[in-house]
Amino acid sequence: MSDTTDPRKLPSADPHTGNRRVDPITGYDTTGHDWGGITELNTAFPKIVIWALALTFLYSLVAWILLPAWPLGRDYTRGILGLDQGEQAIEGLRELTDDRLPWLSRFSDGDLRALQSDAVLIRQAMPAAERLFEDNCSACHGATGRGGPGFPVLADGYWLWGDDPGGIAETIRFGINSDHADARIAEMPSFDWMARADRLALADYVARLPGAGPVHSSLPGAALFTENCAACHGDGGRGDLEAGAPSLTDDAVIYGQDRSTVMETLSRGRRGVMPAWIDRLSAAEINLLAIYVYRLGQPVGEGAQ
Amino acid sequence: MADTLSLFERRFALLLSILLAAMGMTMVAAARHGVMAVHGFITIALGVGLVLALGRVYYSAPPVAERAGRFYDAPTRLGIAMTLIWAIIGMGAGVWVSALLYWPDATPAVPWTSFGRLRPVHTTGIIFGFGGNALIATSFHVLQRTSRARLAGSVSPWFVLIGYNLFCVWAVTGYLMGSTQSKEYAEAEWYADLWLVVVWVTYFVLYMRTLARREEPHIYVANWYYLAFILVVAMLHIVNNLALPLRLNAAESLPVWSGVQDAMVQWWYGHNAVAFFLTAGFLGMLYYFLPVRSGRPIWSYRLSIVSFWGITFFYIWVGSHHLHYTALPYWVQTLGMTFSVMLLVPSWASAGNAIATLNGAWNKVRDDATLRFMFVAAVFYGLSTFEGSFLAIRPVNSLSHYTDWTVGHVHSGTLGWVAMIVFGAIYTLVPQLSGRETMASSRAVEWHFWLAVAGTLIYVVAMWNAGITQGLMWRAYNENGALSYSFVQSVEKMAPYYLLRTIGGALFLAGAVICVLNCRATVLLAKGEAADRPLVRQPAE
Ligand code: HEC
Ligand code: HEC
Repeated sequence: MSDTTDPRKLPSADPHTGNRRVDPITGYDTTGHDWGGITELNTAFPKIVIWALALTFLYSLVAWILLPAWPLGRDYTRGILGLDQGEQAIEGLRELTDDRLPWLSRFSDGDLRALQSDAVLIRQAMPAAERLFEDNCSACHGATGRGGPGFPVLADGYWLWGDDPGGIAETIRFGINSDHADARIAEMPSFDWMARADRLALADYVARLPGAGPVHSSLPGAALFTENCAACHGDGGRGDLEAGAPSLTDDAVIYGQDRSTVMETLSRGRRGVMPAWIDRLSAAEINLLAIYVYRLGQPVGEGAQ
Repeated sequence: MADTLSLFERRFALLLSILLAAMGMTMVAAARHGVMAVHGFITIALGVGLVLALGRVYYSAPPVAERAGRFYDAPTRLGIAMTLIWAIIGMGAGVWVSALLYWPDATPAVPWTSFGRLRPVHTTGIIFGFGGNALIATSFHVLQRTSRARLAGSVSPWFVLIGYNLFCVWAVTGYLMGSTQSKEYAEAEWYADLWLVVVWVTYFVLYMRTLARREEPHIYVANWYYLAFILVVAMLHIVNNLALPLRLNAAESLPVWSGVQDAMVQWWYGHNAVAFFLTAGFLGMLYYFLPVRSGRPIWSYRLSIVSFWGITFFYIWVGSHHLHYTALPYWVQTLGMTFSVMLLVPSWASAGNAIATLNGAWNKVRDDATLRFMFVAAVFYGLSTFEGSFLAIRPVNSLSHYTDWTVGHVHSGTLGWVAMIVFGAIYTLVPQLSGRETMASSRAVEWHFWLAVAGTLIYVVAMWNAGITQGLMWRAYNENGALSYSFVQSVEKMAPYYLLRTIGGALFLAGAVICVLNCRATVLLAKGEAADRPLVRQPAE
């Protein structure tokens, strides 16, 4: 390896003057290096790059003076604006909350039915309630409350637990089968101990219940139903609100009321979980949601803006 | 491969292969089941395969004596083949996960096909598989050419390449089985990380020893970049992956960092992976292949040196711009932001230097798709570094962060810059290593070029729109202080952009498939070895 730095000894240099090859296109001379054919122009350092560097450095300098920037052992330079991102975050949150406060605070207590009939308030509040519902509830109940397999429809006016905003708020607050101590409990036991033939008879009976006028008391399942199920689901499956057991005669279903789904319900049992929201949403937000959800089930027109 | 080795080197390689198989057996015996055992089996298979390959040629004629006076190109060939294989794996996984975002229901009910497992397959497959192999392969080539020296070792280049790919395979198969450290771009578990350290140290030593043999008084700037890549990646990898294995015979481990320190170390690593893996090394590639292909001198020697030191110095500071408005102290964020802005100047200086180098060769840019790949790479390098500095400014970041704008930014860098320069280098290297003037089909290169450009533009523009839409929707409030949109609404708005992204990605992948076929055809039509193979001595000596 030849480590000369004498310009006259470099390849492509004139051995007497040390001048190097000039690039015919740009007119610049080359540095004299040659790496397997690659050469370099000896272009002067472009001024604009120095200016650009100076400019960005100036920007940084200003930022360092204004903002918290350099560590000093256990402390740091605070910056003359005295900004603190924790305080800024709290301040920003407060401003947003203040925008909502005038109308949202009215939901924190008070008679939900009375609030509901205040048309101006409702018009202000419902867009916010819709966002709240979509952000917190739609993953299970669907964006418009239309439910899905395992998750009840909230937009049909059928209520298992209380059919007024107060009762609904309670459901939202504590949940159903949630881990909250005050949760509503709804447990459909498993009937896997029952003979398969009996379960089939029951499934057949239950599947025929919705909509049909006369009770099919002659079906073999009818007696089994009275014996095993009526305690929770009410006589003839008309529902018993206290136990959270749904009516089996109406069209509203959670899991499905066709034969095979009912067979599955019977052999495995059901225990749907609705989370408790008391620790995640404010009291006002829960009440707002209760009214929103309640209104989903109202026929259009009634109670609408 | 083995026929390029002398008898002694064959014995040594055989010993290494047996040790590799033994390591695999130890892993299987210790772990018995689970991820580590599967990785053990993979290692045994590799070790046994290598023993068989070596055995086949063990008694064949040893290489000619004057091989010491020639460049050692066989490892580069393997590296390029691996680059192409990983390109298809990585880009294929990318297009697939992108399609899943548009058709989420298409996810089969099999755990390993879930989005969460396939996404790191995409990122690791591209960054480490495709990018890493391309870097190693081209670095061997560039190092030898610009130093006028043969690689300082005959077995170690193979060890580096094969060992590195073993790491990639361990990583990717691990994710499919659900094994991850949950650190972005550093998901591989502890023993894979340790293995990579061994491979990387070998790589570094090989590089330094070859440089020490050089016949040139100075070190070409491309080598500075490759060295920065090797050295800094080693440092990043070791610090970010410090972890305590739960047990020595299982894959799980706990990181030694915690809380905001962990986040900071992770993004110091993550951003410098962008800087030193996805930028420095590829700048080395650009600084070599662009002047070679265009036949033009580098426009400014001084600029290339200053931007090298600028990039290396500024980049190390900027990782904290990934953590704006988080628990990370404000002052760290300010430093990350300001250094990101200063970084723009050396970055643009590099891009400008590359483009100015093409002065006097614009007719070639027009006619030669390979050179056009490199030109587009330099342009996208400039674009995405500008965008990066811009996104690092705190208030801008409050709009862009967590949105698909970030994804768009990354891909303008990876598709537009990294992949373009790799393809430019491949289209230069593959014919050269096959002793040919051109690729088997120049029209296919032209097709690839336009598919790649169209794919990149569609992808990036779709993600800009997607990201800005998301950012604006998330921060919009109505006059009563309620959010204007729910999160789901912003997700629904993404559908057309996600479809466009999938289309853009598919176009890019189609181009890569054409490239693979074209490279294969070229290699099959090989006319011998690289024309420049005998080492030319300096006339002065
Ligand atoms: C994790 C899924 C899930 C989420 C999220 C969820 N729910 Fe529920 N919800 C349920 C399930 C399941 C039931 C039915 C429980 C049962 O089967 O007994 C239910 C029941 C209800 C009921 C009782 C219906 C009746 O007939 O009495 C109301 C009201 C309700 N949810 C409102 C909400 C609201 C409001 C939200 C958002 C704050 C919400 N839910 C979020 C799963 C969910
Ligand atoms: C201990 C009270 C209890 C008894 C006894 C009981 N159920 Fe239930 N059943 C419930 C509750 C509570 C639910 C709602 C579970 C849920 O929503 O997760 C339910 C749900 C169901 C459903 C699903 C309704 C839907 O909308 O999808 C069917 C069907 C059903 N029960 C049938 C029966 C039959 C048939 C019997 C008798 C063999 C029976 N139940 C006995 C409490 C009971």
